[in-house]
Amino acid sequence: MKVKLKVWRQKSRNTPGEFRTYESPGLNENMSFLEMLDVVNEDIANRGEDPIAFDHDCREGICGTCSCVINGKPHGPHKGVATCQTYMRSFRDGDTIVVEPWRAAAFPIIKDLVVDRSAFDRIQHAGGFISVRTGAAPDANSIPVSKENSDLAMDAAQCIGCGACVAACKNASAMLFVAAKVSHLGLLPQGQPERYKRVKAMVAQMDTEGFGSCTVTGSCEAVCPKEISLDFIARMNRDYGLALLKGEPKKIAGGVAG
Amino acid sequence: MATLNSNIPAGPLASKWESYKFNTKLINPANKRKYKIIVVGAGLAGSSASATLAELGYEVHNFVFHDSPRRAHSVAAQGGINAAKNYQNDGDSVHRLFYDTIKGGDFRAREANVHRLAEVSVNIIDQCAAQGVPFAREYGGLLDNRSFGGAQVSRTFYARGQTGQQLLLGAYSALNKMIGAGAVKSYTHSEMLDLVVVEGHAKGIVVRNLQTGAITKHNADAVVLATGGYGNVYNLSTYARGANVTASWRAYKRGACFGNPCYTQIHPTCIPVSGDYQSKLTLMSESLRNDGRVWAPKKKEDCKKAPKDIEEGDRDYYLERMYSAFGNLAPRDIASRAAKTVCDEGRGVGETGLGVYLDFSAAIERLGEGKVRERYGNLFAMYHEITNEDAYKTPMRIYPAVHYTMGGLWVDYNLMSNVPGLFVLGEANFSDHGANRLGASALMQGLSDGYFVLPATISGYLASQNPGKRPATDKAEFKQAEENVEALTNQLLGNKGKRTPASFHKALGTLMWDYCGMARTKAGLERGIKLISELREEYWKNVMVSGEGNEWNQSLENAGRIGDFIELGELMCRDALHREESCGGHFREEYQYTPDDPETKQGIVNPGDVKRRDDAFAYVAGWEYAGSPAKAPILNKEPLVYEEVHMSTRSYK
Repeated sequence: MKVKLKVWRQKSRNTPGEFRTYESPGLNENMSFLEMLDVVNEDIANRGEDPIAFDHDCREGICGTCSCVINGKPHGPHKGVATCQTYMRSFRDGDTIVVEPWRAAAFPIIKDLVVDRSAFDRIQHAGGFISVRTGAAPDANSIPVSKENSDLAMDAAQCIGCGACVAACKNASAMLFVAAKVSHLGLLPQGQPERYKRVKAMVAQMDTEGFGSCTVTGSCEAVCPKEISLDFIARMNRDYGLALLKGEPKKIAGGVAG
Repeated sequence: MATLNSNIPAGPLASKWESYKFNTKLINPANKRKYKIIVVGAGLAGSSASATLAELGYEVHNFVFHDSPRRAHSVAAQGGINAAKNYQNDGDSVHRLFYDTIKGGDFRAREANVHRLAEVSVNIIDQCAAQGVPFAREYGGLLDNRSFGGAQVSRTFYARGQTGQQLLLGAYSALNKMIGAGAVKSYTHSEMLDLVVVEGHAKGIVVRNLQTGAITKHNADAVVLATGGYGNVYNLSTYARGANVTASWRAYKRGACFGNPCYTQIHPTCIPVSGDYQSKLTLMSESLRNDGRVWAPKKKEDCKKAPKDIEEGDRDYYLERMYSAFGNLAPRDIASRAAKTVCDEGRGVGETGLGVYLDFSAAIERLGEGKVRERYGNLFAMYHEITNEDAYKTPMRIYPAVHYTMGGLWVDYNLMSNVPGLFVLGEANFSDHGANRLGASALMQGLSDGYFVLPATISGYLASQNPGKRPATDKAEFKQAEENVEALTNQLLGNKGKRTPASFHKALGTLMWDYCGMARTKAGLERGIKLISELREEYWKNVMVSGEGNEWNQSLENAGRIGDFIELGELMCRDALHREESCGGHFREEYQYTPDDPETKQGIVNPGDVKRRDDAFAYVAGWEYAGSPAKAPILNKEPLVYEEVHMSTRSYK
């Protein structure tokens, strides 16, 4: 099979970009989408031109590096998979495929299809952790966790931090990402002491980074390669509301109240 | 010649680590902040080490080539992490985990290191659970375990099919906490391209910023490499595409010895290759072998038939037949080689004939499809995604693929290389798995090294260095390393060649798989060395790199890494050639049990099993760079002394 690619090319953050069209060489339908890009890039390089920059690493749907909007949809046509797990048999011979980077003010373009997602890291620096020093942990079985809560925490923890939720959202909101992180830790007994402080700090950083607001359209859930549920956003909103109501803990001698 | 002194502490094996920790020099809290430590890599070992060293009060600078520490390839491990908790009351203990690891490594690992690993394993689980790693649990709320890859006890902790990601997110969260607190400075999209050695000690690195191309110098009191394994030398592997040997290789060229480079692990349960465009192979978790049965047709003429049309009596469940005690759970090296043998006999299945079946029909009959779906649903879905086949209805097809490298930079008991001040952790070092790694032990080693071992051992070295006296980056050695990196970059960019880096990588991968793969011979390895050295010469004349140095340039990044892989490939062949024995993942066809050997007759081994030669090869090979890639490297040896365990013939029958 052969396809025509309409790809966003942009040399660097501050130079204007444009769509350019490339004809693929002969392809095999069992190729992954990224392998197709490899083949097209070899062709481009052999012509002495600059290959298309795209992000990728594990190519098995877990590192969260790959990040293409394919025909208008982050991670392409299928539900519950990343770009790297999308195969050419999902397209037809002769198709024109439009390939764009994630588009969000908080994810500036580095080159072509590669964007800077360090905003996600900074949100987690602000509070995405349980404070436990190495060596300070009690025996693992001394903290029982109900299987229901543990499984639900795991559902949230599956987030691979790819940013498709932001790319799909008309407001470029990062709520699904932050909600997954907040819920994962907030559902576990180990996460309780910092639960309300955490949600406030992470939401504040999310706002600082310039992500938009959530209007619950659900487009994030629809494109999430790990199918993280919108329910977690409701859970985060509740924790955030409670955290605001509780206010800042009042400092008293020898400890904190509230 | 380098000196490879293992620095194993004296005393009985079980108390070495305790007494070592008591005897190691400590650094007082007020002085700790005066020491700066560079950590390169942020997988399990790098993240856990960075976070823990910062908690102790050191100034830590962490460098990754990824855009975020969370993307390091530890993230992709599926199956689980071992620990000698004995929560299942099935007879596990520190000693048993130690023994299984030594035996699994075919008696080519260092006893003292492995015992320490087994001791520390229990603390890792505590640490991770406290961080909120969502391990699988039973209905009573306690942690669940499963048996994994050749273990007869259930000591593996897991988090669905993504234990690696969950453990990495735990270590990453610990790292984030310290970055947020200003105790770790994190450099992302920053690739280490040289090690700076001042007066024989590792005192800094040179880094290229992948976004801007800027080359910068960084000094430190000690440098820690946690930069992963080098399986991508084969081009096709289960590694992430970005995984590379460059940090380790540049350190090798600055004098660090490379230990046992030929020890590579070929994982038995991967999805077979489908075409030459392929960029990576996908591993299916070994846990599948707990319920799946491996078979191939008995008759060649059945190979092209649909599996359902092959009668039960015409199927060869070869692992169950050959290794009755361990059956489908035989260790990785054994299961992989058996698959190769079956395919070499012409009994392989699938389009290429390089595949065997992994069949769940018996498990579905026994447990019901629902239970099988609950255990392996995500793996079946992944298989379907890639092959378009439904493994609930028809058996999976699997074939071995390169998955892990046991070799790596040589380190002593302190995890310090022969270059003082250079520490190496996780898969990047050679130390704990001998010639074959057991399933669910890689995650254990990465976290053991990072959370518990290095933070205890590094103080011994730092105590010998005056606080606040590290060399400044204007010293000649820094300048020379920076110039070295700039020259290399300019050479690659200025080369008006005709072949892309990727085409060289493919060529190298084919040579490595053919001559230094699952079965190796003297003639093959000699040919491999010759062809790889020719490829190296062509590379520097004919590689074509597009773009410029001062921008995001993946062609340039790859070109640097592939140049290093080519040199490494040659070293691996040399190591495999010199090791005239078979052990673990290193199989030399000349050294295997024959039907006439007494061990075969006694029923301890099968004909074709690996034959070690303890009299001549019970040592670690530490290769030393001779100053130029064209010059033969120098072989140094660290003898392996077994005080506790008798080096026996490994039997899984």
